Amino acid sequence: MTRVTDGPVEGVAAEFAGEAALGAVLTAEPPDRADRTEVPAGTGRRLLRFFVRRPGLVLSIVIVLVVVIAAFWPGLFTGQDPLATSPGQTFRGPSGAHWFGTDEVGRDVFSRVVHGAQLSLKATLIAVVLAFVVGGVLGLVAGFVGRWVEDVLMRVVDVLLSIPALFLSLALVTALGYGTTKVAIAVGIASVAGFARVMRSEVLRVRQAVFVEAARGAGVRWYGILWRHVLPNAIGPVLVLATLDFGTAILAVSSLSFLGYGAPPPAPEWGTLISEGRNYLANAWWLTTLPGVTIAATVLATNRIARALDGEWAKQR
Amino acid sequence: MGRYVLRRLAQAIGVLWAAYTIVFVVLNLLPGDPVSAMAGAGADSGTIDPAVIARIKHQYGFDRPLLVQYGEYLGRAVRGDLGTSISTGRPVTSVLGQALPQTLELTGAALLLAVVFGGGVALLATYTSWRWLRQLLLSLPALGVSVPTFWVGLMLVEVFSFKARIFPAFGNDGLRGLVLPAVTLAIPTGAVIAQVLAKSLLSALSEPYVETARAKGAGRVRIHLRHALRNASLPALTVIGVWTAQLVANSVVVETVFARNGLGRVTQSAVTVQDLPLVQGVVIFGSLVFVGANLLVDLAYPLLDPRIVVASARQVRFA
Repeated sequence: MTRVTDGPVEGVAAEFAGEAALGAVLTAEPPDRADRTEVPAGTGRRLLRFFVRRPGLVLSIVIVLVVVIAAFWPGLFTGQDPLATSPGQTFRGPSGAHWFGTDEVGRDVFSRVVHGAQLSLKATLIAVVLAFVVGGVLGLVAGFVGRWVEDVLMRVVDVLLSIPALFLSLALVTALGYGTTKVAIAVGIASVAGFARVMRSEVLRVRQAVFVEAARGAGVRWYGILWRHVLPNAIGPVLVLATLDFGTAILAVSSLSFLGYGAPPPAPEWGTLISEGRNYLANAWWLTTLPGVTIAATVLATNRIARALDGEWAKQR
Repeated sequence: MGRYVLRRLAQAIGVLWAAYTIVFVVLNLLPGDPVSAMAGAGADSGTIDPAVIARIKHQYGFDRPLLVQYGEYLGRAVRGDLGTSISTGRPVTSVLGQALPQTLELTGAALLLAVVFGGGVALLATYTSWRWLRQLLLSLPALGVSVPTFWVGLMLVEVFSFKARIFPAFGNDGLRGLVLPAVTLAIPTGAVIAQVLAKSLLSALSEPYVETARAKGAGRVRIHLRHALRNASLPALTVIGVWTAQLVANSVVVETVFARNGLGRVTQSAVTVQDLPLVQGVVIFGSLVFVGANLLVDLAYPLLDPRIVVASARQVRFA
């Protein structure tokens, strides 16, 4: 990340018009002038100061870590079985024994949310990686090869952008069928276009650089130039976009599973949880409210981290 | 100006055709078998008569080569015929046409709310000199793009329908029934408009012409609204163009939350029963909205900023 952040990272925000990165520049704490004139402190001290000045960022990192840990080791947070019903304990409000209350058949909602993190995170990860790899390769090829290949690929990308993401995902779900993985693939493909655009513009920028010309002059083959010189320098903004897309993908995946195309019940996917709790909105607010807060907090946290990667951290250096 | 309009129009038609093609490829080339789903509807799967499948395939033309199907469908689509819905047996255009008014009402109201409140937040945030208010207003959009739409809808229902009993929770009845769905749908779009407009307002306010206007003695409000806003509104207009189609798509989720009739209900059931012609019609309609909204925005640019036509004309000449 060290070198790549020197580039026009703002480009990501511009390309991704409408996503949280734009807010990044606005709500960012104003750059501290005092920092720059001071004698440069050690990297550790600077890192510490960077985080101390941004409690929201620290909280975001903690939230994301908790969600990731919950996805891999749900047992650390709850000993209760997410599927175990207990007829005597239906519709209990949040309490010490059941942090998020219990649902219509007495299942512990907190444990369902914790175990659901695995499903939702898996789907999100598949979606983001798919979009990153496919979009990245498309953009790389378009930017590096140029000529008619670039024209054709970028036209396809433009057309993909002209189909509203949710509709494209729904068309893919219609063709592929239901289930967490299929929903994830649908969401991933629907966001390929953004990655392709950013990757291409970065490759175009790096391709002009003097060191690429020097490498070519020194007789490096094209794949060497691509792999050793262009890719490492172009991938930074695409990685930032991937962190941003993480939040978008969580929302898209949970929307689709809310609509009923995700894992079939009783799987505790986050969107499905809210969709189930919806029937008891009038008498059990916690069934929809608390899983929703979990989703919102996770998305907020990933967006905040993406914002930090996009602008603030680069500025600090 | 005439040339500019023609060029934009030709581009729009090209994009629509390509979008149609992509949707056709997605729905027809990917694995997934709508016919057996259709034949098996109601019956237990596994005991479907092959003859029934063959008959349905023939009826909808699924047994012919894909390229032939594509050519024929495209030819019909150009003439405004999007095929026949499998699940209802009615023409896709008539199914869409019947569902459309409710959805347009909803998305129109949402777009209005998004522009008014998103723009209001941006204007107030850049105008106020109270630091805390500015920070508060500028942190709202980040929140707005992070909350799941369907969840916001359910929360609003819980508070305003079940606790306070001000608005109805479900259904299509009248203006009162429109408030909660429209607010829900407007939040993400409004948040994005606020982000983009606030950013471009801030950069416009630091331009030299603002300094000049100030030196000439123009008031703060006048500078803000007449000088900065007009120049800053172009990026926001672009966002509105892009997000209008997203609004139509997101109405699928919102209509499901509020159990409203409309395009969303149609879409959800079409996806559930794998009604390919209907799904295709919905997606093409979404693409049409996208292309149409962007066309309108493109045509509105020159009214706000005459330099755009000049630049575009120059581009054509030298290209």
